[in-house]
Amino acid sequence: MKYQVDELGFYGDFGGAFIPEMLHSNIETLKSEYKKIIAEASFKEEFNSLLKDYVGRPSPLYFAKRLSEKYNTKIYLKREDLNHTGAHKINNTIGQILLAKRLGKKRIIAETGAGQHGVATATVCALMGLECIVYMGKVDIGRQAPNVARMKMLGAEVRPALSGSQTLKDATNEAIRDWINNPSNTHYIIGSVVGPHPYPDMVARFQSVISEEMKWQLKEHEGRENPNYIVACVGGGSNAAGAFYHYLDDLDVKIVAVEAAGKGVNSGESAATSVLGTIGIIHGSKTLLMQTEDGQIIEPYSISAGLDYPGIGPQHAHLISSGRAIVYHASDEEALAAALELSRIEGIIPALETAHAFAALNKMHLKKEDITIMCLSGRGDKDLSTFTAYLDKNPGQHKSDH
Amino acid sequence: MNRLESLFSNKYKEILNVYFTAGHPTKDATQDIIYALEQNGVDLIEVGIPYSDPMADGETIQKSSAIALSNGMNLSLLFQQVKDSRRRSNVPIVLMGYYNQMLQFGIEKFLKQCQLSGVDGLIIPDLPMSIYKNEYIDLFDKYDVKISFLITPETSDERIRLADELSNGFIYVVSKSSITGTSSNIDDAQKHYFERIEKMKLNTPRLIGFGIHDKKTYQTACNHSQGAIIGSAFIRTLNGSSDISKTISEFINRIR
Repeated sequence: MKYQVDELGFYGDFGGAFIPEMLHSNIETLKSEYKKIIAEASFKEEFNSLLKDYVGRPSPLYFAKRLSEKYNTKIYLKREDLNHTGAHKINNTIGQILLAKRLGKKRIIAETGAGQHGVATATVCALMGLECIVYMGKVDIGRQAPNVARMKMLGAEVRPALSGSQTLKDATNEAIRDWINNPSNTHYIIGSVVGPHPYPDMVARFQSVISEEMKWQLKEHEGRENPNYIVACVGGGSNAAGAFYHYLDDLDVKIVAVEAAGKGVNSGESAATSVLGTIGIIHGSKTLLMQTEDGQIIEPYSISAGLDYPGIGPQHAHLISSGRAIVYHASDEEALAAALELSRIEGIIPALETAHAFAALNKMHLKKEDITIMCLSGRGDKDLSTFTAYLDKNPGQHKSDH
Repeated sequence: MNRLESLFSNKYKEILNVYFTAGHPTKDATQDIIYALEQNGVDLIEVGIPYSDPMADGETIQKSSAIALSNGMNLSLLFQQVKDSRRRSNVPIVLMGYYNQMLQFGIEKFLKQCQLSGVDGLIIPDLPMSIYKNEYIDLFDKYDVKISFLITPETSDERIRLADELSNGFIYVVSKSSITGTSSNIDDAQKHYFERIEKMKLNTPRLIGFGIHDKKTYQTACNHSQGAIIGSAFIRTLNGSSDISKTISEFINRIR
């Protein structure tokens, strides 16, 4: 089984580029140029040097002793939360801004859900002196205020997406429409492994630094490159794509994708795309997506703004359908409890998105000798108001019970 | 004979194609709009299938889509409405919709329904020409459904030739790099683009759309092609209408 993209832009049955003609020229340029540009020595040098000195890579692989004791196993945390801007998103935006510069683009657009990708895009635009417009659903602007403020501080214009359900899917639609209107001077920095080919592959390549580091870091700790499990949360799936990338052909490594169940997979308020989704087209990609029988796209629900996307990256659809990836689901409540647990037991407040991955630990039946790497994709500062509300509703949790 | 074919073999200029979204402003307006457009001499009608995520469409069509969906419009109902309208109407009808809607309905079932209900052609902006060519060309022929591909100012000559080869309804010439619904005048760059396409001497008739909203833009488009497509401007007119047939007659009189 082949897990990486083929020449036509597909992962098995999923992927491709189902785009209106208005986008064809831009997508075609990206497709013909991206591998070439990424392989150039000058690109690699600039990319690696920014990742090192600006982002702060390599991000540590930290042995979580107390968490390991709690689950009676060995758990390592890949600390993407320690990157500049507080999440894995910046790995991709650094890559894409360097690409955009080489393509001669002067104006950058992006979509954002939780705001992490928006902040990471605003950051690299400031760094490179390029105009930055971030589309964000009006609803998300309301629930992710700290990140909106950060984007503005960084000089980006945050444009509310007022169409549809006013969340991530609609922000993506608006960004695509902007690109149709401004095809020649603008580059669209997609924040996840979604969208038309070559985006899913391009974003996965920029995020693949996560698993590249994991290999040598685990070897330093344990004398072996391969863990038994790698666990990551999946909305569109970019941190997961990066954490899985160099392990896909190592079949002894079980890869675990954790989706947001919202109020429960079958509650009608969920973002569990792999269960609730059927094959269709969203944002130019053939993948699993939540839709009605008539093919109208359904607005998903999750407490986490970064996971309520009705689709899933085409590579993940392929990994899940082929059985390569195992899927767990974490509800809002489980994610909140996991966030609290990690905060209290390791002193690390994770992003709500990331907390979903940690909620899977309860369900995985890990053995004592198993080694698991958790992709700690982002930090939770942006979610403090949600956490505070949770603590207020659960007064027993105010004091640590450990 | 397919009504699109008859149209284009009998008329070579000033073909007026008007777009509206099925189910907007009301669920049952479809037939009334079709009759009124036909009565007022519109040559071709493009019926939009309302979609939750119309990525190439501007605000006007997005809103009409959202209203149509909340009115309970769906594909099966649309096919029934087109079929019913065929008792009195013989105007060529093309459906415009996004690929996902057809995939979920089932492509062959969709094409068969087109034939049974009297739909003459399709516009599917996000269906790649390569996929149509490799997977669907025979099916479209089997059910005698014509297809129209889009070209834009950014489309290479090579792809324009491909669109010419594959399109058997008309070629949809997108007037500029934009989503639907702009209403500025046609500038010199656009005219040069139209002239460039004219000089290519394509075999398939061309209709110019996007931004065509009044007599002047309609005439300019007609000067450079076989005709023009009006969408958002028409929907804006329908939005406030209390008498659809009167509104339509006044609108068409303003255009030509």
